[in-house]
Amino acid sequence: MENEKDISRDLFPGALEMMILESLRRQPAHGYALVQHIQQRSKNLLQVEEGSLYPALQRLLKAKMVKAEWTISSSTNRRVRMYQITKAGLQHLEREISSFDRMLEGIQMVLGPARRATNS
Amino acid sequence: MSWFERIFRRGRLDEDLAEELRGHIEERTEQIMRLENLSRPEARQAALRAFGNPTLVQTRSREVWEWSRLEAFLNDLKLIGRRLSKSPGFAVTVLLTLSIGIGANTAVFSVVESVLLRPLPYPQSDRLVTLSLQAPGAAGLMSFRDGLLLSPSMFLTFAEHNRTFQSLGVWHASTANLTGIGQPEEVHVITVSSGLLEALAVPAFAGRWLNAEDQTPHGSNGVVIGYGFWQRQFGGQRSVIGQTIRLDTQSWQIVGIMPRGFKVVDSEFDVLRPAPAAFDPHHQIMEGFAWNGVGRLKNGVTIGRADADISSLIPVWMDSWSDGPGSNSHFFETWRITAALKPLKQQVIGGIGNVLWLVMGTIGVVMLIVCTNVANLLLVRADSRQQELAVRAALGAGRGRIARELIFESLVLGAIGGAAGIAVAYGALQLLSAIGPSNLPRLSEISLSFESLCFTAGLAIFSGLFFGSIVSLKFSRIVPGAALRGSSRTASAGRDRHRSQNVLVVSQVAMALVLLVCAGLMMRSFAALLSTQPGFSDPKHLQTMQVAILPSIASGPVSVTHMQNEIADKLAHLPGVSSVGYAADVPMDGLEPNWNSILVKGRDSWDAKSTVPMRLFNYTSPNYFHTMGSRLIAGREFTWDDVYGQRPVVILSENLARELFGSAQAAIGKQITYFQQMPWHPVIGVVEDARHNGVDAPAPAIVYWPTMMPNLYGPEPLDAVRGVTFVVRSQRAGSESLTQEMQQAVWQINGELPVSGLRTMQEIDSKSLARTSFTLTMLGIAAGLALALGIIGIYGVISYSVSQRTREMGIRIALGAQKGKLRWIFVRSALTLAGVGVVIGLSAAAVVAQLMRALLFGVRPLDPLSFATMALVLVAAAALASYLPASRIFAINPADVLKAE
Repeated sequence: MENEKDISRDLFPGALEMMILESLRRQPAHGYALVQHIQQRSKNLLQVEEGSLYPALQRLLKAKMVKAEWTISSSTNRRVRMYQITKAGLQHLEREISSFDRMLEGIQMVLGPARRATNS
Repeated sequence: MSWFERIFRRGRLDEDLAEELRGHIEERTEQIMRLENLSRPEARQAALRAFGNPTLVQTRSREVWEWSRLEAFLNDLKLIGRRLSKSPGFAVTVLLTLSIGIGANTAVFSVVESVLLRPLPYPQSDRLVTLSLQAPGAAGLMSFRDGLLLSPSMFLTFAEHNRTFQSLGVWHASTANLTGIGQPEEVHVITVSSGLLEALAVPAFAGRWLNAEDQTPHGSNGVVIGYGFWQRQFGGQRSVIGQTIRLDTQSWQIVGIMPRGFKVVDSEFDVLRPAPAAFDPHHQIMEGFAWNGVGRLKNGVTIGRADADISSLIPVWMDSWSDGPGSNSHFFETWRITAALKPLKQQVIGGIGNVLWLVMGTIGVVMLIVCTNVANLLLVRADSRQQELAVRAALGAGRGRIARELIFESLVLGAIGGAAGIAVAYGALQLLSAIGPSNLPRLSEISLSFESLCFTAGLAIFSGLFFGSIVSLKFSRIVPGAALRGSSRTASAGRDRHRSQNVLVVSQVAMALVLLVCAGLMMRSFAALLSTQPGFSDPKHLQTMQVAILPSIASGPVSVTHMQNEIADKLAHLPGVSSVGYAADVPMDGLEPNWNSILVKGRDSWDAKSTVPMRLFNYTSPNYFHTMGSRLIAGREFTWDDVYGQRPVVILSENLARELFGSAQAAIGKQITYFQQMPWHPVIGVVEDARHNGVDAPAPAIVYWPTMMPNLYGPEPLDAVRGVTFVVRSQRAGSESLTQEMQQAVWQINGELPVSGLRTMQEIDSKSLARTSFTLTMLGIAAGLALALGIIGIYGVISYSVSQRTREMGIRIALGAQKGKLRWIFVRSALTLAGVGVVIGLSAAAVVAQLMRALLFGVRPLDPLSFATMALVLVAAAALASYLPASRIFAINPADVLKAE
């Protein structure tokens, strides 16, 4: 538990929201499906405490980047709350991704090719 | 979601979230069951582990929507209200102590703020100074309260030649007989020079100020009246301007009305009148040092510069004026006159500043004790809530959240206490102005101002934070596991918890002791003042009455004396009156006394006149000392034969007789005088010292002359004192009937005679005790509160520790321990705490006592009696406060305790 916390703390602010938005861009999903999706895509490297997804979802709801709707899940026949990305969410995601790319590039340039070579 | 939904659909939001989380965990559980083939409970356990704390998740999610913490605030508030109403005893105790503490502090601060901090009610009052002078060469004059006052010639010099004042003026308060409107009445008159109203710079309410025209002889005879007098005498009619009034024998025309609340420095008045004759530059001598000076400094001028300016004008004054041919005006060089300007505010506040700051300090200490007491109560209560808090922490309540709640609860307590405190302060201030301590200047200006309310708010917040942080520091560090275990039956409360309570109790005891010692010192001072011989006896049965005989009623000195004699005889025949006398001044009446130096025949030559010290002069009638109950040490009083026979006779005070002649007996028959044309007067009597300037001031050396005696300045060879105070000894003193009969007696002789100052000597006497009794009362209240709070603190701690250790005690009793010895364990721990507190308190009190040295009378700051008594009182109180709760162990039934095991 302590370990997971450490990892989730290492995520920079907004990272979780970014991943949620990206997942939702592919297809609308409910909370549980989102967790599944993120864990699979990250090959379980990012083991986020599942619960921490929900405050992030509420933040996105409040910022009107996603919208939510109660429906019956086709697979489990359960009443679930489906989240869908909005236009504002899409725009935000574009901006975030491009600034994230720039940041990553910058960090890699600082770390340098030598360092990357030893790592790989 | 709109803001509307955010407020009103909160319930739905919560339900949505809860359902969502529930669904998530269900789905995960089912998945784990499927994939790992676990039972449902095991799978659910694993799902929860992966999910994290659902409550915390829900709280965090909800927080996203919370309206800038307002929600949390209201929630907390609701919770606190519920909790307080569940333990009303605790709530009432805490709120009562807090409201009294905050209320007392607010009240005292209001007084300090209105009296000491707020500027005087004049525009740019920081530029106003009082023009007092120092004259160390004029020995006797140094007893004057305000140094040397100004003479008219000095004023003229200063007004003309100064370079540092925008304007300056002088004033003098007196009374005059108002006639022409209804009954003759005595009114308070302030005679002012030009420049005074300009310096004070308060515009007239209606009409105009006095102007230069009014100040010239044969001018317009204009006067300005005060607001109160205008309302009282003229019912607030504007048409009063232009109307004529008669003061004494002269007619004046009202030209203006000053606004409500306007005072000349600290003096109320009915009429402001000019004094063209007094300031006529063509008829001036050096003397007449009777005028209070006030000046408004030019912008940017410091008091130091103005001081140097005025000092440099003293030689100019001596060059400019003279007492007539043959006199030497540079004689005053021996007086070594220099300027000693003070801010006007300092003059108004006088000696009360010390007292008020002391009271503020002590009441602040009381507030600290209140806070520690409340902290203690909260600690005890939080202890019983420890389990609740631990459970909440275990269930996922954030640490910040718990600390915030504890502090918030304290702040709410502080706020409610503060609000109630304002009510307490308002009541206290009403009470204060109803009592109207005579020594408190600016009493009418005291109010619960905006500043006071800010102070209250600050105090409420500060105290809330103070005890809130003590409690939350203790409890936000709760480790859930340990706390939950700690509540099991075998463990006693941690040493840690006890220590913080002990520290609080020790500091309470120490602070209470400081206040008790201060109160003890004041009590001793008061007792010393009461036991001081004031120079008269049984003041309760002495009635005084001032009567002034104007030249229009009796012209010559002999007829004045006859009239006074007649009044005295009439008074003596009133029922229940045993003795009557009169004098120019009675002790402590606050009238400006006369001073001069005297020469002893065969010892002092006329050249020595300027070097011998000044003595207080008083003028007395036959039978005056007998009436006052003043002991004659040697010789006899004046007789009517002495007076009418114009025999040269004089009486000295005992201290003066000793100083000049070695003893009272030796003084009899010695001869003195004070001006050259006056015959030598043999001393016929020596009377006990009179504390003329108040019981707390040393008795001055006094020369008593007959009320009719040779005249120094005027054309007549003889002079009589026209304004005298009659003293009547009677069991009926102070009664309405006696004072009415006395007035009637006076008016039977002449219906025009103004009568005033109907007081008993007791009232006059207690006025001079006012500062000490005021300080004593305030310190007494503070110390009483501190003692009570200290006792409550000790009682609470011991009673708590008894209840915590009931099990232990039960087992000990079962094993054969004696209950008396067990009780001693508790009493001893209380005494240890009190002992530590007393040691700290004594050393702190020693420091504080030095600071209040100026307020003490007849007792040293390190008075062992006060220190020892108060320490004993406190230790005894601590013993009692612990003995009572400790006795509860007698009610412990070991069988019950063991059954519970």
